[in-house]
Amino acid sequence: MSGQIIHTEHTDSETGKLGMWIFLFTELFLFGGLFLVYAVFRAKYSAEFHTAAAELNAFIGTLNTVFLLVSSMTVAMSLTAIQTNKPKLALFLVTVTILLAALFMMNKYFEWSHKFEYKLYPGSEVMRNLPHGEILFFGLYYMMTGLHAVHVLVGMVLLSVNVFKIKSGKVSSSHFLLLENSALYWHLVDLIWIFIFPLLYLIT
Amino acid sequence: MKQNETHISSYSSLATVLAILLLMTTFSVLVTGWHLGPFTVAAALLIACIKAATVIINFMHMKFESLFLKILVSGVFLLFALVIVITFIDYLLR
Repeated sequence: MSGQIIHTEHTDSETGKLGMWIFLFTELFLFGGLFLVYAVFRAKYSAEFHTAAAELNAFIGTLNTVFLLVSSMTVAMSLTAIQTNKPKLALFLVTVTILLAALFMMNKYFEWSHKFEYKLYPGSEVMRNLPHGEILFFGLYYMMTGLHAVHVLVGMVLLSVNVFKIKSGKVSSSHFLLLENSALYWHLVDLIWIFIFPLLYLIT
Repeated sequence: MKQNETHISSYSSLATVLAILLLMTTFSVLVTGWHLGPFTVAAALLIACIKAATVIINFMHMKFESLFLKILVSGVFLLFALVIVITFIDYLLR
C-alpha cells in the first residue's frame, strides 16, 4: 500500500485520538461484560440457546453485517477525501455512511417489530412461559442488539455533526480530528457487530 | 517522532479491505452451516477475531499509528481477552 506523507500544522490531534481510544476501551469492556454473560449462560443452557437462536433471521443479520462493513469503508474513505482536500467527496461519503446506518436501523426495526407481533419481548406472557434458557437468550438478544442500536444512533448523530462541520469548513484538510474520531467510533460499532452477528444469529 | 505526519489510506486499499471482510463474512455464514459441532463456535469466533483485527489494523489506521498507541491498544485487547477467558474458566471449574 503506497501512501504519501503529508505535513499538517501542529494541533493536539495525537492527544485527541488517544482520548478517543481510551473511551473506546471502556466501550469494549461494556460489551465484553455482556459477551461474558452470554458465554456463561450458553454453556449452562446450550440446548435452549440452540432452539432460541434458530428463531432469529440469519438473512437480516447477514444483510446488516454487509451494511455496517460497507459503511465502515465509506467513513474511512471520507477521511481520505478530507485529508486530500476534497470536502465535497468527504461530504458525500459521510452522507452515504449515515444512509447505510439508517438502513441498518430500518432492518432492526422490522426484525424487532416482527418479534413484538408474536409478543416475544421481555416481560410478555409468551416470553414468561418459555423455558428458562430461552428467556435468558432473548433477554440477552434484546440487551445486546438494543445497546448496539443505541450506539448506531449515537454514531449517526456524530456523523451528522460532521456533515455540518464539513459544510462550514470547520472540518477541513488541516483540521479533521472530529471526523477521524467519529470514524473511530463508527468502526467500533462495526467491531461490536462483528461479534454479535455470529454469536446470536449464526451459531444455532 | 512522526507526530505531525499523517498517513492517508488510498481508496483502492480500503476497497480491498472491504472485499476481504465480505469474503470472511460469507465464509463464516458457510462454516456455521456445516454442522461441525462444538467447533462451529470456535470457527465462527476465530473468523470474527480475524475480521476485527482487519478492521482495527486497516480501517482504524492502527498500521500507521505510533508505537505507543500500538502497544496500548494491543495491551488493552490482551487484557480484555484475559478477563473474558479467566472469568469463563473460573465459572467452568466451579
